[in-house]
Amino acid sequence: MTSGNLRKSRLLPGYVGLYFLFLYLPILLLPVFSFNNAATTTFPLAGFTTRWYVSLWANREMLTAAVNSLVVGLCVSVLSTLLGICAARAITRYRFRGRRAANGLIMAPLFLPEIIVAVSLLMVVLAAGMELSLATVILGQTVFCLPYCMSVLTAGFEGFDRSLEEASLDLGETAFGTFRRVTLPVVAPAILSSLLVAFTISLDEFILAFFLSGTEPTLPVYIWGQLRFAAKLPGVLALGTIMLVLSILLLTIAETVRRRAERRYATRGHAHA
Amino acid sequence: MAIAASHAPAELAPPEPPRPRWSASEEASGLALISPTLLYAISLLALPILIVFAYSFWSQDYLTIDRALTLQNYRTALFEPMYQDLLGRSLVISLVVSIVTVVISYPIACFISFHGGRHKNLWLFLITVPCWTSYLLRVMSWKVILGYQGVLNTGLMSAGVTDQPIASLLYNSNAVVITLVHSWAAFAILPIFVSLEKIDRSLIEAAHDLGDTKLMSFLRVVLPLSLPGVISALLIVMIPTVGDYVTPKLVGGKDGVMIATAIQAQFGKGANWPLGAALSVTTMVVVSTMAGLTVLALKLVVRRIR
Repeated sequence: MTSGNLRKSRLLPGYVGLYFLFLYLPILLLPVFSFNNAATTTFPLAGFTTRWYVSLWANREMLTAAVNSLVVGLCVSVLSTLLGICAARAITRYRFRGRRAANGLIMAPLFLPEIIVAVSLLMVVLAAGMELSLATVILGQTVFCLPYCMSVLTAGFEGFDRSLEEASLDLGETAFGTFRRVTLPVVAPAILSSLLVAFTISLDEFILAFFLSGTEPTLPVYIWGQLRFAAKLPGVLALGTIMLVLSILLLTIAETVRRRAERRYATRGHAHA
Repeated sequence: MAIAASHAPAELAPPEPPRPRWSASEEASGLALISPTLLYAISLLALPILIVFAYSFWSQDYLTIDRALTLQNYRTALFEPMYQDLLGRSLVISLVVSIVTVVISYPIACFISFHGGRHKNLWLFLITVPCWTSYLLRVMSWKVILGYQGVLNTGLMSAGVTDQPIASLLYNSNAVVITLVHSWAAFAILPIFVSLEKIDRSLIEAAHDLGDTKLMSFLRVVLPLSLPGVISALLIVMIPTVGDYVTPKLVGGKDGVMIATAIQAQFGKGANWPLGAALSVTTMVVVSTMAGLTVLALKLVVRRIR
């Protein structure tokens, strides 16, 4: 039994190590080849260069796509977080008929093949006579980001102590004033991390953008176009590395904010008890 | 009180004491607050899917849509050998991917839940980071790893395992499976982890005290109690992967084409919306059925073990 334990205790961490290698190897290859002084992505490496990064600055098409992505990302994160706040607040604060069904519908994109969401939106947009543009991408990606915003926001709202709001209302504050001065400060971290999560997803989202962007590509759509040309791969890898660093940065911020809030709430709860 | 008031017609409510009107009730406030989001989801998610459903029963003659109901699209989707092949392969791939992902992720979720100590959140964060990085480039990266002159081949050759590159690593269903398993790892770990966290640890101790071995207590206590997590992990991986478009396109080659490519074609070059709609609906229905059967089979197996 003890030897079994010992063996298992070594086996599991070893497996965890292998798993992490599997998880991180493909991610770490991007930066490696983006600094490699060769147009092919093969070993052995051919020396260090930053020319792929330099060439990005001169690439107008890429810069336009980057600006498009930023615009879409900002709009999607604000829109999906606003809609998420309404729904998450309604679901955590009130009991009403159809609550579960409403929640199910909003969360449904998690359980649908993305191509089907994309195709159905494309049909609606074209049937309604709308032109494909960044606006349609924004509308579509918001549907897709809502479930993620909702899970971040409901988690943030659930720990909220309702008596604080009641106290504020009893003391004569209006409903809006209570929201702004009592509720908002407590749930602000969840809102911030919802904004960041939605922005990160939007920045990376390909299928919906591919179907709905028309003639205005976002970065992933631009990258998709470049992947056909082997010679352009290192440039794409350099771009990918920049996006990778940006995503990790945003997620680290979101995670830190969330955890700090969690800790603050935990200590406050402790003081009350 | 609020609920009672909501059922009573306003005229019959006695004037004294003033009952809260329905518009001020909890139910009305909840509905009012959720309505923007709900309307958004209805108009841009539920309605579009209903339209796909409607289109799948119509037919198209060049550019005009004939709204007479027909089952012709479904006949094509289900019996045309090409679509049968694509749908069959997509189902097999998504089944294999979801099972492999859950099996290799379960020990990780266990490790974090039982041995994660104070750093559980950090572990979870590290697991999710790769999943947030560019999807296209992650798939591209696997192409670099599995390619003819790729990382794996050059590595194997320099280690002396083979003296010629293995050509069969890339451009087939296996490459698609490996890439998809990698993409969906975190989506499997998180739900399993959550259900493991909910298990009362004293139950496991009790099993040990009553003489169960580690393996038995795992099979009879931990596994059945974590089943909800395993099920949602299976579903959250299986259903979306069946419609994956990018991975088969980039690493699947000729033998790894999946149904999404055919669906996309009907909205692009092929331009047959009703057929595309029927293929979408068929895919959704078939994959949901397969998911249901898998969950049922899993429940039976676990009950057997117990």
